[in-house]
Amino acid sequence: MSAPITRLYVLVLVLFGTLVFATSWWTVFGAKGLDDNRFNRRELLEEARIKRGLIKARDGKVLARSVPARGETYRRTYPEGDLFSHAVGYSFTDLGRSGLERSRNDPLTGENEEITSLIDELRGRAREGDDVITTLDSEAQRAAVDALDGQRGSIVALDPRTGAVRVMVSIPQFDPNDYPRESRALNRAEGSPLLNRATQGRYPPGSTFKVVTAAAAIDSGSFTPDSQVNGDTGKVISGVPLANSGGASFGTIDLTTALTNSVNTVWAEVAEKLGKRTMGRYMTRFGFYAKPPLDYPADERAASGEYANGRLLSPNSDQIDVGRMGIGQDKLQVTPLEMAMVAGAVANGGKLVEPHLTDRIVDRDGRIVEDVDTSERTVMKRSTAETLGRMMGNVVKEGTGTAAALSGVDVAGKTGTAEVGGSNQAWFIAFAPVDRPTVAIAATVERTDGQGGTVAAPIAKQVIEALL
Amino acid sequence: MSARNRELVGLIPASLLVTAGFTAVFVQRQDLLSDVSLIYGAIFLGLCVAAHIFLRMTLPHADPYLFPLFALLASFGLVMIYRIEEELAREQAQWFVVGLILFAATIVLLRDYRVLERYRYLIATAGIGLLMAPRLPGIGEQVNGAYLGVRLGPISFQPAEFAKIAIVIFLASYLRDTRQVLVIGARRFLGLTIPPLKHFGPLLVVWGAAMLMLIVIKDLGSSLMFFGAFLSLLYVATNRLSFVLVGMVMFVLGAWLVGSNVPHVQDRVEIWQDPFKPGLVDREGYQIAQSLFAQADGGMLGQGFGQALLSLPGGGTILPAPHTDLIYAVITNELGLVGACAVILIYLLIAERGFKTALLARDSFSTLLATGLTAVVALQVFVIVGGVTKVIPLTGVTLPFISYGGSSIVANFVLLALLLLVSDRARRPQ
Repeated sequence: MSAPITRLYVLVLVLFGTLVFATSWWTVFGAKGLDDNRFNRRELLEEARIKRGLIKARDGKVLARSVPARGETYRRTYPEGDLFSHAVGYSFTDLGRSGLERSRNDPLTGENEEITSLIDELRGRAREGDDVITTLDSEAQRAAVDALDGQRGSIVALDPRTGAVRVMVSIPQFDPNDYPRESRALNRAEGSPLLNRATQGRYPPGSTFKVVTAAAAIDSGSFTPDSQVNGDTGKVISGVPLANSGGASFGTIDLTTALTNSVNTVWAEVAEKLGKRTMGRYMTRFGFYAKPPLDYPADERAASGEYANGRLLSPNSDQIDVGRMGIGQDKLQVTPLEMAMVAGAVANGGKLVEPHLTDRIVDRDGRIVEDVDTSERTVMKRSTAETLGRMMGNVVKEGTGTAAALSGVDVAGKTGTAEVGGSNQAWFIAFAPVDRPTVAIAATVERTDGQGGTVAAPIAKQVIEALL
Repeated sequence: MSARNRELVGLIPASLLVTAGFTAVFVQRQDLLSDVSLIYGAIFLGLCVAAHIFLRMTLPHADPYLFPLFALLASFGLVMIYRIEEELAREQAQWFVVGLILFAATIVLLRDYRVLERYRYLIATAGIGLLMAPRLPGIGEQVNGAYLGVRLGPISFQPAEFAKIAIVIFLASYLRDTRQVLVIGARRFLGLTIPPLKHFGPLLVVWGAAMLMLIVIKDLGSSLMFFGAFLSLLYVATNRLSFVLVGMVMFVLGAWLVGSNVPHVQDRVEIWQDPFKPGLVDREGYQIAQSLFAQADGGMLGQGFGQALLSLPGGGTILPAPHTDLIYAVITNELGLVGACAVILIYLLIAERGFKTALLARDSFSTLLATGLTAVVALQVFVIVGGVTKVIPLTGVTLPFISYGGSSIVANFVLLALLLLVSDRARRPQ
């Protein structure tokens, strides 16, 4: 009976070999497919077990915190309610994430180097996320929300020297604490409260864009602030007569005066003379035609530039009417973040520092895990920036932006009013103090009857005051 | 080194595993439970040493590796169960005590196990009776559509665990008598060896019983296990592959017939074919789907003892029956492919020692008994691990010596005692 027993053993070997093969299939070779299977909720459940790190304002105020929930899980709460709804975003196991909660998910869930987690494990500590300290200023944020006073719009304020985002407001807001209960309603709500207008809202910039045109004009050497250009209304631009605001004619004036009074026909002619190529080059340097750099989810950021049928055109496209683009008309669409970057580049001596929301990431023992580096690029010469700054200073001193004037501090700015279907998109971009800028800001209000100078400038002023 | 000293040395891996495993789970949990006792591990090791001393006294010549291998499996199981539910580990430790008592009783009472041959029909009847018991009104229990449990007052047990031993004893004894006639009396017909009906009759009864089991207890896995053990014994007893082939064809035919008529078995097969089918995945297919997800999560090296995701936020576990049917998936989740292969390797070594014992045995009954007991354990492993890894449809049998469960532990201790008895007699110097 020994031969059959040996054969039986061989059969057992084969059967067990099959089991080993099947196990290796599920654990190693076919594991990817199973991990990605849409019925596999393990990853979500795993994440719910991790205590996410805090998100804090620059001043230490807690913006997001994990609290123990059912079982061994944690739930996210947002102590400041709707105040930072867009900048911080939300994170819920079943509903996903947005904003910083999404872009900084890895450190927040403690997804760091293996060695650190191994040491933690040996010390018997559960995996825990790192804290994200933002650059946001909670008082200025509050001031910005109060200044907008419920009007739909957005405010972005930066420190032009570092790129630190101090204020990021988008109205209407939502309370992320309510998101799990109201996600459906919020997704359909009128006014799109989930949309972050600061990074995703694409608006015609109106005359604020003349700052870009002026930078290109002066920095390229084609014009100086004293260059004389005819500012009569009804000038033909790209074959079609163009009117000034209120139909005013200014005769032949210099560029400083033309910016102070926001004369369309002057700047349209300047842009036309510079041409698409030069305009495109400077716009690209300012950050147009690309998603603005920010530690924020890519699909929650929109590029600024000329759009046709919802698609971004190339800077040299035939469809661009460069003269009208130069005064912020044509098919130009910009985000408030991009316009704040424009103001910031002028403020910082021509160097654009890429904006960021995260100041540093700190682990639970207080060690700095990551200190966010700032990178900068040159948009224009220092002399150009200084000249342009003085011209913008004139706008607030004696031009269209007097409503933003502060006592004791010089503010440089530019107003903008774009007509959108019968009402106005009011803009104001600015920086202050003019000689040593610490704040650069873009403020915009949707569908208002007022002008940039009357509606947006006073709002920007309040935020600048809060930040100085 | 004497056999018993080798056995003692062989217990070292088990004690290391128990210590390391409990420590790992303990460390993982200490932020949740302030004071967890490691006492179950200590009790378990104490029991192993006691059993070893007992074997030293009663069966000095028995195979030295079998007991340590079983102890290694049991320590694997205990750690995993402790990790799944602390309370269950305590109960499991208690069942070890009961199991060891029966282990000792078997060895003492059946010193000459060949007396079993005398009661073969009684044992066979008891075995069949045990298998049918879950269908008896009042005491039977249905789990997931299969009838595998019996509840007597507060105690519920799985009679199939005991029935497998009874049936192996009966077959070994019956085939010892008839193996010659089955071959010699056979006529050849169409190239097939047809044994005389008189002797083949009882074997048809076994086939019928397997089919009946499929119908009555509606469990493909148990039927496969029993019928597989029967075919193994038939093959070893007669050395006729044709018998096995005929038996296999009959089983497949019968299983197909029954399968297409018994909805429960049909469902199991359908789930097996595509557990991720929408509509199935959240209900009938949930168990196997979660089993595969858990294994994928384990990967090559696993998440580590006590670290895989198991409990759900709302209470309960993500894997259904993690301590019994799906314990292999939990092991793979926590210890990875490497740990799972280690478990299978232990079973393979047990099979090797079991068949070795069968080869060494000096009489046919002993050989067949050792073969049958070994084959039934190996098949049980294949049925449950194969089910968990989607090689075959998943059915509810335990992973021997690892799964939680009193009947399983106690029955397998008796099985081990019988194997050691055969081994001691076979290896005794003459």
